[in-house]
This record gives sequence, structure tokens and C-alpha cells, in this order.
Amino acid sequence: MEESMQMQRVGEVIEASTTEFVAQCYELYQSPPLGSLVKTRDLLVELYGIVYNTTTTSLEPGRRPIARGKDEASEEEIYRSSPQLLELLRSESSALVVGHNQGDKLHHYLPPKPARIHGFVYLCPSEEVKEFSQSFNFLTILINTHLPVSQDELIAACLRQMSQAYEDRYAFLVAAGKELAVLLGGEFNQLKAILERIRQ
Amino acid sequence: MTQENSQRLGIVVSGSLNKGVEVRLDSSASVEDMAVGRYVTIEGQKQRFFGMITDVSLGVIDQKLTLTPPDVSDSFTTEVLAGTSTYGMLHVSPYLTIAGDVTSLIEGPQPVKTVPSHFSTANLASDQDIELVFGKEDKERFWIGNPLDMETKVCLNLQEFVKRSNGIFGKSGTGKTFLTRILLIGLLQKSQAVNLIFDMHNEYGWAGTREGGAPVKALKQLFPSNVAVFTLDEENSRRRGVSTDFVVRIGYDEIEPEDIVLLRQTLNLTELAVEAVHQLFRKFGKNWLQSTLALKDTEELPEGLNIHESTLNNLQRGLATIRRLPFIETHAPTNTVGSILNHLDRGINVVLEFGRYRDITSYILVANMLTRRIYAQYQERVEKAMGENTIKPRPLVITIEEAHKFLNPQVANQTIFGTIAREMRKYNVTLLVIDQRPSGIDDEVMSQIGTKITCLLDNERDIDSVLAGTSDKGELKSVLAKLASKQQALIFGHAVPMPMVIRTREYGSPESYRDFISRGEAEINKQAEKDIEELWE
Ligand SMILES: Nc1ncnc2c1ncn2[C@@H]1O[C@H](COP(=O)(O)OP(=O)(O)OP(=O)(O)O)[C@@H](O)[C@H]1O
Ligand SMILES: [Mg+2]
Repeated sequence: MEESMQMQRVGEVIEASTTEFVAQCYELYQSPPLGSLVKTRDLLVELYGIVYNTTTTSLEPGRRPIARGKDEASEEEIYRSSPQLLELLRSESSALVVGHNQGDKLHHYLPPKPARIHGFVYLCPSEEVKEFSQSFNFLTILINTHLPVSQDELIAACLRQMSQAYEDRYAFLVAAGKELAVLLGGEFNQLKAILERIRQ
Repeated sequence: MTQENSQRLGIVVSGSLNKGVEVRLDSSASVEDMAVGRYVTIEGQKQRFFGMITDVSLGVIDQKLTLTPPDVSDSFTTEVLAGTSTYGMLHVSPYLTIAGDVTSLIEGPQPVKTVPSHFSTANLASDQDIELVFGKEDKERFWIGNPLDMETKVCLNLQEFVKRSNGIFGKSGTGKTFLTRILLIGLLQKSQAVNLIFDMHNEYGWAGTREGGAPVKALKQLFPSNVAVFTLDEENSRRRGVSTDFVVRIGYDEIEPEDIVLLRQTLNLTELAVEAVHQLFRKFGKNWLQSTLALKDTEELPEGLNIHESTLNNLQRGLATIRRLPFIETHAPTNTVGSILNHLDRGINVVLEFGRYRDITSYILVANMLTRRIYAQYQERVEKAMGENTIKPRPLVITIEEAHKFLNPQVANQTIFGTIAREMRKYNVTLLVIDQRPSGIDDEVMSQIGTKITCLLDNERDIDSVLAGTSDKGELKSVLAKLASKQQALIFGHAVPMPMVIRTREYGSPESYRDFISRGEAEINKQAEKDIEELWE
């Protein structure tokens, strides 16, 4: 597949499992937003993930950054006077695998194999987000996975992100809300919490 | 949506043949747009079902929702919940299958024998569906009204209708008289039957009253050559500008014990007084009434009559009321029964109006007396016709109001009306009874009524008595109780393939008259052509 210009490359896979992959961002702090749809490729299969967590830590394990700004006038000054900091820190984003594309067919379930290390990770453009969200089946995966972040927060963030691809955001969110209402069945409180976070 | 005028409502989620099916509404269909009495089709896998909405309800997935309702001022949340966590349910009673199996293709709609399978789609019935079920206007079918919120015509097969006695019910002011007038026009145009109408309130012959409006034209103004108006009160008829055909007089000698039995309550007679009437009749014969009134006391009673003083007084007081009726004479100068029969034989419908004598005594006395004698004639003629294998007299439909006065359990098996109702149409005579208190009518008589047309009723006992014997009483009850207070009716029984709810055809505007007359004339012309053709055959 021709790598189109508007496809924004955000990082590279540095850890992968069947259910998720972790990408190191090329630029410190330039991570894809929470809930955004990203993708990476394993030979013939394209894997889609939803960003559920981003961390920024020291590059060397065990070494923690120390406070440096006591004598600086502003936060920017800290980085300006110690340019090596940018090399010592890194941002990593974790994405939950929610579907894949194989032989030009989109599937909203897990691919046969995990992502490859050093696979490039892209932020999906609007068109692709729209295509992917034609079906809400990926919500089932979000609902049924235990993650370090709150499920409600993640689902809400994901739907907010996706809605930006649509002209009629309201209609998209109502449709997604209805799907959630069905999936969550008796869990009315959870539904309410999510709806409160996505309502326009 | 494939068919333009069939609107999808939802899907079948449960149900049974006995109780009907539950349809879960799509979120796009609002419960508030639904109404009991609307017709629905259900697309089963193999058959199409036709039914009626008989209840509408609300459901929630999670009971918590009812305990801590969401913020309704937030339209987003409400919109999301509509049709998912909260949803509308329709209770639909399927009555017919209209396509799918071979029989319903060849023979038209068939009674249901099963229910549609899970998740079959339910749609609002389209115009074509309704026409398929209730038929198009033709020489037997008469346009009686429209479904609620639709413009399609709903028709009633009047050939079938007149095969039994029928009833029109509804509380006061719901449109019984208007509906009856419409039906009578239909009978006049579409059936072989001829009508005799006992018109207590002078509403059917020349003109009828209309709430908050000018009077409406009645039968004779619209169909002058098919209708004759008889009157008990010539002066009053003349004052109302009615052109009458016959003035009715009743002779004392025409009144028989049976008439008195019916009048027992209205005349305040004791049980013993009624018994005495029979004795007196046996003794005095035809002149019993005058002879009884002439008695000064029990001393003057002929040999062998054993009547107590107080009973005689009671009876005489009652009979005096009858004697005071202005249309009663010693001997009637004209033969009313003969004249009525003469008209009926020529296919002319007879409306007998009561003028000022709208009291129940006059009505019961006259209607009962005339019906008894006309029926006797019919009986004789039908038996003769059967014996000699000749043509029977024309079927006759007798219309009476306040039917419970003639058909209550105390009198129903002693009067001519009870007999007619029970005999179906053995002698070619049936009844059209109009009543606002159907619970006053004898159960057995009610069960013999072929087609029931009922406007709104709100008394529980009346509703029960009208619906007695139907297989889906509960469902129909909720439909009946929700009819509008005017000009809507539920029709069920012999002449209709399934219960139907209609907005009664409009009556009283110039267009409506034109419509009634022109259809009739077309029909009559066709008949004339047919008659001429037959002449040459
Ligand atoms: N088909 C109709 N077309 C036009 N108006 C109607 C129709 N049906 C009923 N109405 C209106 O409703 C009013 C009452 O109807 P109607 O006199 O037939 O009631 P009812 O049931 O006979 O009452 P009651 O028991 O008092 O005799 C009429 O005066 C008329 O205004
Ligand atoms: Mg009336």
C-alpha cells in the first residue's frame, strides 16, 4: 500500500502482544491522543489499535529524572539549558488491538498474529477512521478488556476522537450511544457515565 | 423502505396465538404516534399477517432506570436511550393471513392459525392491505368509514350483514343515529332487504338534528322514491314540513295481552294485573280493553273471572294511560299493517315517526303491536312460499331504538322482538337494534346478534355485555374504551373478517349527500339495466 502523504507517522513498535502493541514516539511528548485510532503493519496484515495509555519515562531503566528548575525562570529554560534531556526521556503509547485489515477486508476482531517490532505506527486519517467506525463491533473489545485506565474514560475518549471525522458528530455519537446502551444492558450507571462524557 | 406507504414499526419479540404478539418498537418509531385500533401487517417468514394494535406499553431494560431516571432535559441522553434502554411495545392481535399460503392467495384472507416467527418485521398496514382485507366498494360492499388516521375506505358486506340481526351500541351522543342512517342508506342501496324503522325521535324520515348545526337531511329527502314516511302525529309532521305518506291510527281492538306484558314496568302494573289481562282477553276477546275500562268494580266482572279489587284498579289506571294516547281510537279507520306491508312489498322502506309522542309507552306499544302483526304475515307468507315453492317475501329489517325496553331479560322471551332475534332469519325478518345500555338486553338475545357495531361505551357492564362471547375480549375492551367520543366505532362479528375500528363516514355535508346519492343511482341504474337484460333472456 502506497504510503500517503497525509498519513501521520507517530512512532515505532517496541513491544507487541496479541492484544496490544506499544509504540515509542519519535518525538518526546508527540504521542497520539488518548482514544485515537492508530495502525501498524505485519507483512500483509494491517493492525488497528486504540491508544489507551501514554507514558513518558527515563530512557535508562532505574534512573529517575531529577528536579532541575530551581534556578530557571521558566519551564522552557530547563530544556534549553540541558538539551541532552530530550535524549534521556521518551514517550511511549500503548494501543489496544481492536481489528485488522487483511486482503482488503476489515475485521473488527483480533488478527492471527501480533504486530512486528519496529513496525511503523501511524495515526489514521479521518477517511480511515470513518471507514473503521462503520461498525461499532470494536466497542465490545473495549468493554471486555481490563486496562489500567478507566474503561468509561477510554470509550468516551475514543468516541470523541472518532466523532471528529464526521460532519454530523451528533448523529454519530447518538448511534454509538445506542450501541453502548444495548451492549451494556443492565449496567445503566456505566452507560450514564459514558454518555455524560460524550454528550454534545 | 421498499413500499412507500408501509411504515416500519418494529419487530416481533414474543407472543402466542391466544394472546397476540408483542412488537418491540424501533427507536425511530415513537410510541406517541401509535394508537390502539390501527391496522398492522407482520411479515412472517412464510406468511403475511394482518392484525390490529390492541395495546401500547413502555419497557425498560434495567429497572434502575425507573428508580433513578436520567436527566430528561438532556436530549442527547434521551435520544440514545429511546429504543435501546427504554423502548415502546405494541401488543398486536393478528387475525388474518393475507398472503403466503395457497389458500389465502386463492380465497383471500384466512383466519390465523399460528403466529409470526421471532423478529418478524411489523409495519403499519398500507392502503392496499386494508383494501385486500375489507374489500372495495362494490354491489355488496358499502363504504362505512375509514381506518383511524388513514384515508382508505373500509367497507362492510351488507349482503352478509342482513343475514342476521345486528346491533348498534354506544353511549349517548357518540353517533349511533348518524351511523344508523348511513347503514340504512347502505341497506337501501346494496341489499335486497327492505327496512321498517320505528323512529322514536323523528330522525330518519325527513330530517335529523345535528349537535351545534343545522339539521341534516334524512332518508326521504335523499331517496324520495324509495322511502315512505308514516306518522303517528300528522300535525307535528306537517309543522316540521315533512311530506308524509300515511297517518297511523291504532284501534283498541288491536292491542293484545302481549303488548301489556311489555308495558308492565312503564305502566306500573303488578304481576297480578298482567295475569288478569290474559283472563280478560280470553273472556272479552278483541274488545277486552274497552270492556275492562268500562267495568265499575269487581262486582261487574263476568262469571268465572277471579280478579281482586286492587288488581283491577291497578290495571284500569294503566289502561287509562293507553286510552289517553291521542292516536288510539275505538276502531282504527285505516289498515296500518296492510299499508306498511304494501309498501314493503314494493321495495319501499318505511319510516314510522312518532311526532310528539316520544314517550316510551307509545313507542313500546306501537312498535310491538305492529311488529307482531307484520311478523305474523311474514311467517304465514314464508310458510306458504315454502309449501308452494314460490318466492318468499323480501327480507325485512326492523330498526328499533331503546332496544333494552323490548329485549330485557324479564320480557325477552315473551315478546315478538325476542322471538325474531332468536329465530335468526327463519321468516326473513331480522332486527337492527340501537341501544345505549346494552347490558339491559338479555344475554341470549345478545349472543344471537350477528354483527355488533359499537361506539364508545364507558360503563363496565355495558362493555362486558357487548363483548361477551368474543375470543379476544380483553384486547377488544382496550380498543373499545379508547374510541373517540364521537364518530368512531368498533365493528365485529358475522359480517366482518376481523374486528375493525373505523372513523364513521362523514354525514351531513352537501358533498356527503351527493356521494351517497350518486353511488346509489349508479347502482340502481345498473340494476335497471340488468332487469331489462333479463327481460330479453
Ligand atoms: N358520521 C358523522 N358525521 C358527522 N357528524 C357526526 C357523525 N357521527 C356523529 N356526529 C356528530 O355527533 C353528534 C351525535 O351523534 P348522534 O346523534 O348520532 O348520537 P347518538 O349516539 O344517536 O346519541 P343519543 O344516544 O343521544 O341518541 C351528531 O349530532 C353529529 O354532530
Ligand atoms: Mg340517537
